[in-house]
Amino acid sequence: MPLLSVDRLSKRFGPTVALDGVSFALEASQVHSLIGENGAGKSTLMNVLAGALPPDSGRMEIGGSPYAPSSPHDASRAGIALIHQELSLCPHLTVAENILLGREPSRWGFFQRTDAERLALDVLQSFSHPDLRPTRLVGELPLAAQQVVEICRAIASRARILLMDEPTSSLQREDVQHLFALIRRLKREGLGVIYISHFLEEVREIADVFTVLRDGRSVASGAIAEVSNAQLVAHMVGRSVDQLFPDRQDAGTGDVVLDVRDLAAPPVVRQASFTLKRGEVFGIAGLMGSGRTELVRALFGLAPIARGDVRIAGTPALLNDRPSHRIGQGVGYLSEDRKGEGLALPMSVADNVTLTGFESCAPRGWLRTGVQRAQTKRWIGELAIKVHDPDQAVATLSGGNQQKVALGRLLHQDADVLLLDEPTRGVDIGSKAQIYEVIAATAARGKAVLMISSYLPELFGMCDRLAVMSRGRLSPARPIQEWTPELVLHAATDAG
Amino acid sequence: MADTTAAVPTVEASPVRIWLARLGPFLGLLAVIIVFAILTDSPDQYLSVRNFRIVVAQTVIVALGAIGMTMIMVSGGIDLSVGSVIALTGVVTAIAIRDGASPPVAVLEGVLAGGLVGVINGLFITRLRVIPFIATLGTLGMARGVAKWIAGQQTVNVPPTWVNELAVTFPQPDWIIVAPGVWLTVLLAVLVSLVLRYTVFGRRVFAVGSNEAAARACGIPVDRLKVWIYGLAGLLFGLSGVMQMSRLRQGDPTVAIGTELDVIAAVVIGGGSLNGGVGTILGSMIGAMIMAVLRNGSQQMGWQNYVQEIIIGAIIVVAVAIDGWRHRRA
Repeated sequence: MPLLSVDRLSKRFGPTVALDGVSFALEASQVHSLIGENGAGKSTLMNVLAGALPPDSGRMEIGGSPYAPSSPHDASRAGIALIHQELSLCPHLTVAENILLGREPSRWGFFQRTDAERLALDVLQSFSHPDLRPTRLVGELPLAAQQVVEICRAIASRARILLMDEPTSSLQREDVQHLFALIRRLKREGLGVIYISHFLEEVREIADVFTVLRDGRSVASGAIAEVSNAQLVAHMVGRSVDQLFPDRQDAGTGDVVLDVRDLAAPPVVRQASFTLKRGEVFGIAGLMGSGRTELVRALFGLAPIARGDVRIAGTPALLNDRPSHRIGQGVGYLSEDRKGEGLALPMSVADNVTLTGFESCAPRGWLRTGVQRAQTKRWIGELAIKVHDPDQAVATLSGGNQQKVALGRLLHQDADVLLLDEPTRGVDIGSKAQIYEVIAATAARGKAVLMISSYLPELFGMCDRLAVMSRGRLSPARPIQEWTPELVLHAATDAG
Repeated sequence: MADTTAAVPTVEASPVRIWLARLGPFLGLLAVIIVFAILTDSPDQYLSVRNFRIVVAQTVIVALGAIGMTMIMVSGGIDLSVGSVIALTGVVTAIAIRDGASPPVAVLEGVLAGGLVGVINGLFITRLRVIPFIATLGTLGMARGVAKWIAGQQTVNVPPTWVNELAVTFPQPDWIIVAPGVWLTVLLAVLVSLVLRYTVFGRRVFAVGSNEAAARACGIPVDRLKVWIYGLAGLLFGLSGVMQMSRLRQGDPTVAIGTELDVIAAVVIGGGSLNGGVGTILGSMIGAMIMAVLRNGSQQMGWQNYVQEIIIGAIIVVAVAIDGWRHRRA
């Protein structure tokens, strides 16, 4: 009997179908990897399993008995623990308090600190992490140690099923090995692990079986040893990868519009040099936390630069300038954090698109809504944004359409240099293809595009040149033909 | 930016730094006292026991409120209804005494009235899902209205009982030094401090303020906990109202307007954070003392009321700025 079985689970959010009849089974002592692109439904599935979202239909069973959690606490009582991409710890409490949160040892209401620290130490003993003392405040720990605390909490709660959502995204290589060793041990003890990751190599290393999710459906599953990476990718994408990307003319012969020399933006970015030419798409690969995002944020004036040399369109630019001046200099920035920083969700599509270029529709500060609507309609058309009306709130759109709105803002701004951080994160496959087309067309019009991505196929499909960020250092850029995915991963994890 | 922290090496805060952080508000209090001792023409008089009694008697109302407010703010909440609750509970106590209730019963009624408003706040926040700022803004109005209503829109005079002596500046007999109300405040401060630090309830208050979603996912009954927090804090606000009535020797439904801001300021000066998870009772008490010393010092110097207001306002901003700066550096 499977430890956990999921049968035809469905979930909709308004018009968006997030899960469309997902089925799979997890056995005890098994690592089951869920693979799929962003937006394939993995996070929704995790949230349903962890009791954070109720499914619309379908059933789940744990050890043969029906499982229908109404809250995360229910899930935890049923033996399911979610280890989140974003950690859910209390930074102001100690390691011991976090591990035993909700089941604190007590006598007449008094918290038994020594007991708690002893219990925590029992669990922590499995890890040889130097920072992990039960008395330390969690907020002071490095991220990898915090993650260990979170796993220890799951173990302390006697979870039988661990849900791990991209657990390695913020870990260094050696910490990943520690984590894998731990997962193998938990497996031997009879736990089942559901493991989500973008990194196929990682999945191969740790998982026994896989299920591929695409557009909310489980499209393939089996033993991981019996499929090739190419087959997995084909299942994930649903069509051959080369159809996804537009044909690009050989570009990169234009003038240099952005020239960055020996830039350092502590504490993360240590050294980065590159040039960006009109007409090219320049890619930056690297792990999360490697400093990719910090680099472009610093260039756009959102984080202080300590030293270096920046030239925009041939003229030396102030190292630390305000984003408004950078926009004036023709630089546009697309944030990886669409909801937090990229878009004003409650505001309309028209307001969001024209936000950085209000001058064009607001002479002397008075907004002419007719002009604004007309301008917005142009971008709605060009980007094929699915929206009833330019006045519709961005929050009501799907992830893909939101991202198109964010991209539309850079186009409306008519930026010469487009700094795109994860331009297709959380976007469905159809919108992805459209976004790639828009990026290619923009480059073909003589704009310079810098594209950061964690998704290697899109870097290989889109870029003319590529550099890899690792621990705050940017590798020299090389033409894309000289890179292979293995070389990129090697550079991302081994350099420095 | 979750991923920025990954590459930042974290250093364990040194014991020296931790102690400096703990002593911060205390050093601030010391600095304020020294400044006034130097400025005043008669340092002897300023640093006298007599003046100390004046300061602590003045601070009782805000200090009691700050004990409750610390619990609420550590849990990530806020309570704007404190001033109105003080007026309401003062009126309730006064009416009870006027109508012949025995003083202990009257005091109890006042305290429980405060607890009741606190529970209502907690229920608004958890059942109606109204954020604390708005929920307590609502009860601020309601409690004030009820106070005026039951007092018949006028002050309620009370016959002399021991309740009127609870928070006097110069209590009798002389050897108790400060009023019973002050001693009670100290006792409650110690008690709540221990509860926050050494009980499961207290640690959960911190957990909810530190990361509510995590607390919920770990099975902590967050909603019930919040009702308790606001209810217990309400009892303290009720006691604060009793002290207010005691000092005025009458129930005044229009008293203590804006006191909630003094109370919040005391907690914030003492190192508490509006974002939750941070705060100590000791810090908040010192925060309350700093404000009382400033008021008292300004009066001694013969400065106008508006000077005090400007200084206290500036102190709040500076205290929080220093706190934030220290956290960014640490």
